[in-house]
Amino acid sequence: METKTTDLAPLGPRGALKRETAEGLQYLTFSLAGEEYGIDILKVQEIRGWAPVTKVPNAPAFVRGVMNLRGAIVPVIDLRLRFGLETIEYTKTTVVIVVMVQGATGNRVIGAVVDGVSDVLNLQAADIQPAPDFGTAVHTEFISGLVTIEAGMVMLLDVDRLLSVEEMFALEAVRPTEPVAA
Amino acid sequence: MAIDIGQFVQTFFEESFEGLDVMEAGLLALQPGAAADLEQINTIFRAAHSIKGGSGTFGFQDVTRFTHLMETLLDGMREGRMSVTGEAVNTLLESVDCLREMLVAARENAQIDDARVQELRERLTQLLERKDTASAGESEPAAAAAPPPVQASGWRIAFRPHPQLMHSGNDPVRMFRELAELGELAVRLDASQLPRLAELKPEDCYLAWELELLGAAPREAVADVFAWVEGDCELSIEPLAEAPAAPAEVADSTAKPPPAGPAAGPATGEEGGQQGELLLERRKGEDRRRGDRRTSMTSVDSGSIRVGIDKVDAVINLVGELVTTQSMLSALGEDFDMSRIDKLHEALDQLDRNTRMLPVSSVFSRFPRMVHDISGKLGKQIELRINGEQTELDKTVIEKIGDPLVHLIRNSLDHGLETPDERARADKPETGVITLDAYHKSGSIFIEVGDDGRGLNREALLRKGLDNGLLRAGEDYSDEQIYELIFHPGLSTAKQISDVSGRGVGMDVVRRNIQDVGGSIQIASRPGKGTRITICLPLTLAILDGQLVSIGQDCYIIPLLSIIESVQIRAGEVNRIPGRGEILRFRGQPLPILRLYEMFGAEGAVTDLEKGLLVVVEADGRQVGLFVDDLQGQQQVSIKSLEKNFRRVAGVAGATILGDGRVGLILDISGLIRTNNAAI
Repeated sequence: METKTTDLAPLGPRGALKRETAEGLQYLTFSLAGEEYGIDILKVQEIRGWAPVTKVPNAPAFVRGVMNLRGAIVPVIDLRLRFGLETIEYTKTTVVIVVMVQGATGNRVIGAVVDGVSDVLNLQAADIQPAPDFGTAVHTEFISGLVTIEAGMVMLLDVDRLLSVEEMFALEAVRPTEPVAA
Repeated sequence: MAIDIGQFVQTFFEESFEGLDVMEAGLLALQPGAAADLEQINTIFRAAHSIKGGSGTFGFQDVTRFTHLMETLLDGMREGRMSVTGEAVNTLLESVDCLREMLVAARENAQIDDARVQELRERLTQLLERKDTASAGESEPAAAAAPPPVQASGWRIAFRPHPQLMHSGNDPVRMFRELAELGELAVRLDASQLPRLAELKPEDCYLAWELELLGAAPREAVADVFAWVEGDCELSIEPLAEAPAAPAEVADSTAKPPPAGPAAGPATGEEGGQQGELLLERRKGEDRRRGDRRTSMTSVDSGSIRVGIDKVDAVINLVGELVTTQSMLSALGEDFDMSRIDKLHEALDQLDRNTRMLPVSSVFSRFPRMVHDISGKLGKQIELRINGEQTELDKTVIEKIGDPLVHLIRNSLDHGLETPDERARADKPETGVITLDAYHKSGSIFIEVGDDGRGLNREALLRKGLDNGLLRAGEDYSDEQIYELIFHPGLSTAKQISDVSGRGVGMDVVRRNIQDVGGSIQIASRPGKGTRITICLPLTLAILDGQLVSIGQDCYIIPLLSIIESVQIRAGEVNRIPGRGEILRFRGQPLPILRLYEMFGAEGAVTDLEKGLLVVVEADGRQVGLFVDDLQGQQQVSIKSLEKNFRRVAGVAGATILGDGRVGLILDISGLIRTNNAAI
C-alpha cells in the first residue's frame, strides 16, 4: 500500500507523513472528545478538511454520507458517533482521515471524521502495552494497544475492525441508532 | 538477432481458439448427406491448418499430430473422396472440443487427457480408413470421368526459396522434417547462389534444394508442407516414376503475378480451379499473419485490437472526470466558450463507449452447437435462426446475459418444443424453430428468444398460483400476470410445474441476472403456437441520462429512460387505501404513490402532495409515482459503484459525481417498485 503525503489539513510543523525510521512503527494520532487515538500510518491515504457529504438513505447515523474522492465514492464515518459519543459542530479543524481498510471482500477506502489531527508517533513494538479490559469510552475490541507519551496516553486503534463495513452493520442490528445532533 | 518466441505463444493460443470457433461454426453449417459445401470445408480446413502450423512451430507435437488427422479427414471431404456424414461431422466436432482442451492444457502446462485424445484419434483413423475402402470401390468405375489418384513411387521437389523466405518466420529445416515424416527423404543442397561472406546478408536465404521423397505420399500432402511459403519460393513437385495422368505443377506466383490480384500460380492438371481457389484462400490467411509486408494485397480483416479491460476502464474513469470538470468550468464562467471542450468530450465519450461495445455474436456463437447437441440427445428436429448478431452491447452486459440465455434456450429445447410426432399430430412442420433475435430500439437493446412450440400452460400456472396464494381466487388475471408467475421463485423451482407447464427451474434466477444489469424481461405465449421471451437491456452500464430531483436538501438522480412523465397532484385525486398506501387515479389507472422523503428519511422535504411533484416511472412493466420536491436539471452521469467502498443501499442503484463535484445517488427504479409491491 502506498501512503500518500497530501496534507490538506493543518498538520503542523511536524506533520510530514514520511516514514523515516525503517525499523519502528509509525502512528498518526488524532484527538476525539479529549482523548488521543493513533492509527497505523500505513493505513492512511490522505487527510482532508471537512466538506459537506451526500447523505445515504437508511444508513446508521455514524455514516455521515458519501464523498467524492477523485472520482471514487467514499463513505464518511463520524468516529464520535461510531464510538457512541456526543457529536459536536464541525469546525475548521475538523478533518477527514482517509484510510484503506482491509475487508473480507477486498480493500475499501473509508473516510473517518475526527476532531483534529495531532502528531506522528515513532514507536517500537516494545512501547506498546496491551489494551485494558475496561475504562475507556471506546469498545475495547477496537483497541489494539496503549502507548504512554509525555502528554498522556494514546489508544492505538485497529482500523480494519473499527471501520469494517460488515461489522458496522452487524453492530447496527443490535444497537439502536443514536440521534444526530449536528 | 535473437527473437524471444515466447511472446508469440500467447498470440498463437488466442488465434487457435478463434480458429476452433471458426471450425465449430463451419462444421455446424455443414449439411450431412448433402453435397459438400466446398466453401465451408475450405474454411474449416484453413482454420485447422493454421493451428497445425502454429502448434508445430511452438513445439506442441501432440496438437500437431492430432490436427493433422482432422485435416486429412477434411481434405478427404474437400476432394469428394469422402462423404460428409453426420457421424463424421460429430466426430470432428468432438475433436474440436478435444483440441480445445489440449490447447488449454498446453497453455497451462497441464496434463492432456491422453485417453480421450487416443479414442478420438482412433475414431478419426477409422473414418479415414473407411474412406479408403469406399473410394476403392466407387472410384474405379468413375475412372473414365475423373483421372485416377496419382500413383507415384515418390516425388522430386525443386525448392528454390526467394531471399526473403526467412523474414516471414518460415524455416526450411522444419519443412524438410515434416516431409521426412511422409516417406524417405533425400536432400541435395544447391549453394551456388551463396555470396562471399562479406556480401552475405544474414537474414536472407541464398540456398536452394532438390528433394526426393520416396513413398506413396499423396501430392496434396507434399504440397501442404509448402503451403506457407507459396509466395516466397519457386517450387515444382514432379512425380519420380512415370505416372500417366499427372502433369507437373509449377506454382511460381511471385515471379509473374497475374495483374488481377493474388491469384495462385498457373494451376494445371486434375485439380484445376479448385486447387487454385484453395491456394488463393490460403494465401489470404497467410497475408494476415504477415501484416503490412504485403500492402498491395487488400485485407479483409476488420482491424480489431485486443485491449485489456483495465485500460478501457481507465479511459472511462478519465472521461468521467472530464465530465465533472466540464460541468465545474461551465458553472465557473457563463461567458466562457465551452463548445471546444464539449466537442472534445463528446468525441472521447463516444470512443470509450464504443470500445466497451461487443457484438452479441460473442454470446450467440455458442448456441448453434448447444442446439445441435441437445436436439440430437432429445430426438427432436430443431432449427435455430439467429438474427442481428452484430448488434453491439456493453461488455459487462454481454458477460452477464450468457447464462440466462443458455437457460432460456435450454427451456425452449427441453420443454417448449415438441417431439416430431407430437408436432405432426398438431399439424405443424416436424422441425421446430427457435429464433434468437437481437435488435436496437429507442436506446435499449432487445434480445428475443422465441420458439414455435406448445406454449405455456395457462391453466396449470393459474392453479399453481392459487394453490400458493400468489393469486386470489375469483379475480380476473391477464395472461401476462399469469405467465409472470414462472419468474416466481416459489413456483419455478417446483418440479411439478416444470413438467406441466414446460418451464424449468430457475427462471427467477434468470430474471435476477437480467435485473442486475439494469434490464427487464417479459414473456408472451400462445397455447400451441409458441412462447417468446423478450429481454430489454441498457445499451451501456457506464453512463446514463439522468433527471436530477430534489428531496429536502438532498439531490437524487432518476434515470431518464424510466420516466414516463411528471405531474402535479390536485386535491381529491388521491385515495388512501388501507394496507395499500396512497393511490392516484392517473389516466384511468390506479397509480401507487411512493413518498421518497419518507423512504429515505430526508429532512426539510415537501410533505404536502399538492406542493410537490409526482414523477411517474416505469420498470418491469409496472408504473409507480415517485413524490419529490422539485425537478432540477438533466445531466449525463457516469455511474459509480457505491458498493466498492461501502455497501448496497436499498432503493439506490449507484452513485455519480454531480457538476459541483458532490456525490449524487441514482435511484434504483425497479428496486423501488419491488419494495413497494412487497410492502403491499
